[in-house]
Amino acid sequence: MNNTLDEVAEFSDSGQQKSDSRSRMAQGLLFVILTIAVLVAPFFLYPVFVMQLLCFALFALAFNLLIGFTGLLSFGHAAFFGGAAYFAGHMIKVWGFPPLLGLILAALGAGVLGLVIGSLAIRRQGIYFAMITLALAQIVYFFALQLPFTGGENGLQGIPRGHLLGVIDLNDPLAMYYFVAAIFMAGFLIIYRIIHSPFGQVLQAVRENEPRALSLGYNVDRFKLMAFVMSATLAGLAGATKALVFQFASLTDAHWQMSGEVILMTLLGGMGTIFGPIVGAVTIVTLQHELSSIGSWVQVVIGATFVVAVLLFRRGIIGELARILRLPSL
Amino acid sequence: MSDFILETTGLTKSFGGFVAVKDVNLQVERGTIHALIGPNGAGKTTFFNLLTKFLKPTSGQILFNGQDMTGWEAAEIANHGIVRSFQISAVFPHLTALENVRLALQKRLNVSYQFWRSNKILSSLDEEAVARLDQVGLKGFAHLKAVELPYGRKRALEIATTLGLEPELMLLDEPTQGMGAEDVGQVSDLIKSVSAGRTIIMVEHNLGVVAKLADRITVLNRGEVLAEGVYEEVSKNPAVMEAYMGVKAEEADA
Repeated sequence: MNNTLDEVAEFSDSGQQKSDSRSRMAQGLLFVILTIAVLVAPFFLYPVFVMQLLCFALFALAFNLLIGFTGLLSFGHAAFFGGAAYFAGHMIKVWGFPPLLGLILAALGAGVLGLVIGSLAIRRQGIYFAMITLALAQIVYFFALQLPFTGGENGLQGIPRGHLLGVIDLNDPLAMYYFVAAIFMAGFLIIYRIIHSPFGQVLQAVRENEPRALSLGYNVDRFKLMAFVMSATLAGLAGATKALVFQFASLTDAHWQMSGEVILMTLLGGMGTIFGPIVGAVTIVTLQHELSSIGSWVQVVIGATFVVAVLLFRRGIIGELARILRLPSL
Repeated sequence: MSDFILETTGLTKSFGGFVAVKDVNLQVERGTIHALIGPNGAGKTTFFNLLTKFLKPTSGQILFNGQDMTGWEAAEIANHGIVRSFQISAVFPHLTALENVRLALQKRLNVSYQFWRSNKILSSLDEEAVARLDQVGLKGFAHLKAVELPYGRKRALEIATTLGLEPELMLLDEPTQGMGAEDVGQVSDLIKSVSAGRTIIMVEHNLGVVAKLADRITVLNRGEVLAEGVYEEVSKNPAVMEAYMGVKAEEADA
């Protein structure tokens, strides 16, 4: 009996090697399509809308680094997205920082926030981890509501886009677009590299079997915390960029619903996939945009989409696509 | 000077009022296979978790190579050459067999925190990883995900991964649990073959495996050491027959 199983396994082993290389080719192809799409999109679609897509796609990619590749479900990522939006807004508007510096410092600020929230949350697992991140993110939300510099209910308005490196006027829609596109692509590549690094290999081991990773001598908590901080930093970069695009940081960005939306985007696109979060973010944001005329019914449509996704294609859009094409990863 | 690789003195663990492990003094001689047996609830797994630092003892001391390891962290012990396995086969299910073994080998490159480098540098370990898979009869399975392997093969993969760390002391928690007769034979042969040059402590229910492999046996009952010795002595000990075999026989009847 065992021998037959062995033969089957060995047979599929050689097949597996072939599909690994097909997988790499498919990833390369998708990357080329993504790059071209990002480059030409503003000529076909309203640039501000595409920038919004890119910001949320980066947010979802950052979130996926945690849930998809480390196995941690954070329910408080709005704190980093929204927090960085306020940081960037304040630094650029009030302190007069140049846009690029403002965005980078805001992202690092979100990283520090991630270090604080993460070091408290990683002591617990599963649902308790999610609850702690939610509770701490709510504290950040109340800071955003109450602190004088955030503008409370009105948000932080009129953030000037300024000049990139003192030369390129970001009030020009195309210049702003390509600036955002460059940030998105950089974020995508950073995340791709983290996933495909020796560090990323250990993260996947932690996701797959935490006690075993520990018994092999990996300091699991430190890996989880590092991944959390990286995810928070990149989520912050996305939030700060969004604030610059709309010249506005609002409470919505820090609200717990935003934490829920990013979970939805990632699951719908396919958690643990490389391109899934982008597809998920584009789908959700487009739905919200196209259906804005029906008001709060949008939530019902998105909720229904989520239910369908969970019931019919649990791996998410890209995850199912990979399964159909028999590719190990996409 | 006796050559004990591991010694515990007065090791005790209580959960609230319940004493799961009570004043256990154990000495494990270097280069032997030492089995821990006992009826269900005897405290074997708790004791095991104390040795591997998954639990902190209430009192008592653990010495490894004469060094006090009572306060070490779970992640630390692997760096000192102690690696454990688990009751439920501990593999990384959605990684390939090659990646599983490579995760153990990767430690010696000291690159595990380097998130900015490509994982291509890990491919320098592929050759050794394949050799290690070959050692446990898994050569043809390198690129298969662990979850797709038959059950006995998962155990073999786990052992190959553990061996990747070149441990001085291997702790196996019920290595043949839930296996069919053929797999039990394969896995116990494997344990025998990898025991050369190292010490193994194993918790095991299958007395056939214990009789075949173990150089020395400690019987635990209700958290305490009931008997210790070679298989022939222990199996004839009336206290053991009553506490252990008695329960076993009832279980077999049921």
